[in-house]
Amino acid sequence: MSARSIPWLKYAAPPNFYGLADRLTPWLWAGAGLLFLVGLYVGFFVAPVDYQQGNSYRIMFIHVPTAWMGMFLYLLMALYGMIFLVWRIRMADAMARAIAPTGALMTFLALWTGALWGAPTWGAYWVWDARLTSTLILLFLFLGYMALHAAADDRDKGGRAASLLAIIGAVNVPIIYFSVNWWYTLHQGASVIRRDGPSMAPEMLAALLIMTAAFWLYCAAIVLRRAQLEALEREPGAEWAQAAAAGALTREQRERAAATATIGDVGDHDEGDTLTGNTATKQEGRN
Amino acid sequence: MGRSLWTLLQRDLALIVMRRQDVLTVVAFFVIVITLFPLAIGPEPERLRTIAPGAVWVAAALASLISLDRLFADDWRDGTLEQLALSPQPLALVALAKVAAHWCALSLPLVALSPALGYSLGLTGSELAVLALSLLIGTPVLSLLGAIGAALTLGVRAGGALMALLILPLYVPVLVLGAGAVTEAMYDSAFQAHLSLLGAGLAVALPLAPLAIAGALRIALD
Amino acid sequence: MWDGIGDFLAMGGHAPYVWGSFGMVAAIILCEWLLLRRRRQRTHARLSRRARTSNTSS
Repeated sequence: MSARSIPWLKYAAPPNFYGLADRLTPWLWAGAGLLFLVGLYVGFFVAPVDYQQGNSYRIMFIHVPTAWMGMFLYLLMALYGMIFLVWRIRMADAMARAIAPTGALMTFLALWTGALWGAPTWGAYWVWDARLTSTLILLFLFLGYMALHAAADDRDKGGRAASLLAIIGAVNVPIIYFSVNWWYTLHQGASVIRRDGPSMAPEMLAALLIMTAAFWLYCAAIVLRRAQLEALEREPGAEWAQAAAAGALTREQRERAAATATIGDVGDHDEGDTLTGNTATKQEGRN
Repeated sequence: MGRSLWTLLQRDLALIVMRRQDVLTVVAFFVIVITLFPLAIGPEPERLRTIAPGAVWVAAALASLISLDRLFADDWRDGTLEQLALSPQPLALVALAKVAAHWCALSLPLVALSPALGYSLGLTGSELAVLALSLLIGTPVLSLLGAIGAALTLGVRAGGALMALLILPLYVPVLVLGAGAVTEAMYDSAFQAHLSLLGAGLAVALPLAPLAIAGALRIALD
Repeated sequence: MWDGIGDFLAMGGHAPYVWGSFGMVAAIILCEWLLLRRRRQRTHARLSRRARTSNTSS
């Protein structure tokens, strides 16, 4: 895979990715922090009380964004998994693996906040509602991905198996949702949960959108940071990685490393070894 | 090509028949899990009847899961799988043949036994027929999905428990539709819709799952 | 819109639910961030150590 002429493939080279993530994350952190503050302010001090649910509806400002992020991150993880399986770009696997814990946490938070919102609204922390149940299953899919990835001795092999699982899961998510939805309407008749009441006040919608953007930026920042570590841990012997770990990755070092980087194909191994002049790189880079 | 696949199917069946113990173990597991339900819930017939479809289906799903655990493991360890991957037939067809043999030997007995167990939980007449029919359509899907998990966890530490975590979420739609069909039959409502959807699931899984299994096997063999 | 800090904290009687949700989100985000920072420091330390040993040996 020496398609270095294709511009977007530039960041498939770990050193370039590392540099890009270094440049992006401060802005993402700042944006996330700022939007969290603004969103919380609008959510708590501008948005009016809901005339039916009282103040408990404010949980929506974190429940809905976390639920969206959980689903979005799963699909993104499956997409990166597919890129890894088809083009063998290792950075895609690093991204997918970096997404999984954050996706699982977002899904967990969606369940947690959903339970605490449900208690005052429908009088129960948990009901076997279609959305709750399929979100729970989504959490299991995240956990399965992480467990399978971690269980393999060989990082590359584990990554491929886990990527395949993520894709199968992504194909199944709509089927699971449909079947659970059907099961629920069959068993319950009328829905206990009505979230679509009267149309939302504009301040509420604003708070919701701002919080969603804040969660999105936070997830992007933390995923990029984790993917950076994945990249370093895969090539602990490489000069660029050691320089990056010391916080002193020069532009020249990065470009030199990227020019000969192991983007992913198996044949690139020798190239990578001559680059570092370290025969142990290959073994340790994989484990 | 068809003939060599037939040979493979026969070989796998013969291997399973040689280890009758495995078949007996899975059948016994299925029966014991169902026996646990009355013991845990109590003997009242009405209550048992309401949980009967779910109980039989959950037991079938678990039995399918534990029986699939070693579907590829032996062939993988002794190198047969590598030979099969190098043979001229597509690996997906080889996988399909193996799953088919496994289903005939280990899931068909459960289907055959299910009316008796359903009866013991209070199902009657046509409900028993729907139960057996739903299992007949549904268990191949379970086998196909489970085989993906078996292939993905080849050569991985803690394979069994991991496989349950990977595969049980994917079993959800089959379980919902299968148990749902029987429940519908109990209330004299239309169960055909459930069975049709289950059949649609089988029609989708039959061509697609072997491709996924073959992909997973290639990863394990690499 | 709130009558002082007490009214704000009471959340119209829904305090445990609202603060339980926002608190858990804050706790999880903080934990994730701290854990990642620790992993980052460890990885950096490990790679820097490696860099030093390989420099002295070669």
